[in-house]
Amino acid sequence: MKAAVVTFPGSNCDRDLAEGFALSGFEVSRVWHKDTSLPAGTDVVGIPGGFSFGDYLRCGAIAAQSPIAAAVVAHAARGGYVLGICNGFQVLTEMRLLPGALMRNAGLKFICRMQNLHVATTASAFTSTYASGQSINIPIAHHDGNYLIDQDGLAKLKGEDRIAFTYGINPNGSIADIAGVLSENRRVLGMMPHPERVVDQRHGGVGGAGLFKSLMGGMALA
Amino acid sequence: MKARVTVMLKAGVLDVQGEAVRHALGTLGFAGVTGVRQGKVIELEMADGDRALAEANVKGMCEKLLANTVIESYRVEII
Repeated sequence: MKAAVVTFPGSNCDRDLAEGFALSGFEVSRVWHKDTSLPAGTDVVGIPGGFSFGDYLRCGAIAAQSPIAAAVVAHAARGGYVLGICNGFQVLTEMRLLPGALMRNAGLKFICRMQNLHVATTASAFTSTYASGQSINIPIAHHDGNYLIDQDGLAKLKGEDRIAFTYGINPNGSIADIAGVLSENRRVLGMMPHPERVVDQRHGGVGGAGLFKSLMGGMALA
Repeated sequence: MKARVTVMLKAGVLDVQGEAVRHALGTLGFAGVTGVRQGKVIELEMADGDRALAEANVKGMCEKLLANTVIESYRVEII
């Protein structure tokens, strides 16, 4: 399985994400934001955390219009997998690959700490090795993680079982405690917590390892 | 020719930063402020030409980049 991790100016979790994929056995390539195509045979694209383009204008807004963006959108359109973490989640909403938007945390503060999550659905290639409702610990580190979607959109997410993760105790004001959501075809996941930061016991936990393992075992070929 | 774009959070979207500003104004003793909404103003220097065309052009920029229409509304003025 091949993963491609995109780096924007200001990305700072790109290497960690590449390591997360590699630890689970992915062949990983790195892609620069000015590239206009993904490596041939890419199965999953990783959009990492960080502060792409300094969070100028809006978090993720400029990255979502960068040269590589069209290739990522085309990859998703043909059924390819995309994983966006933290700033990557913001980028995916700005690309309109995922619904809703990430707003300033309700408490206005940047929050960096271990966060308890619940696995809200196991019906996705990203979450299949977790147990439904399983409680996992994955760190968060964000200023703009307050997920917002209108009531119709929320009803749709719930009705289609597209909420991937919810927060134990809501840290940022996100509607319905949402920490991560799936696209309609369940092949694009955006989440604020950082699974790539807990994939080795030396990280202080392995709560995120299941996500990469799920992907390695569960992707259908696109 | 200049275009001024005003981007605000849509009505009904809680503006937590505006709320913090409102509290701070109260703390400073400014009474009677019942609500604060904050947004951003973006000024574009435009090549001179047809104003209607420029306005349509800037609206396109708002839809594509300058505003996130999921949560924000925008207003374009050609000045």
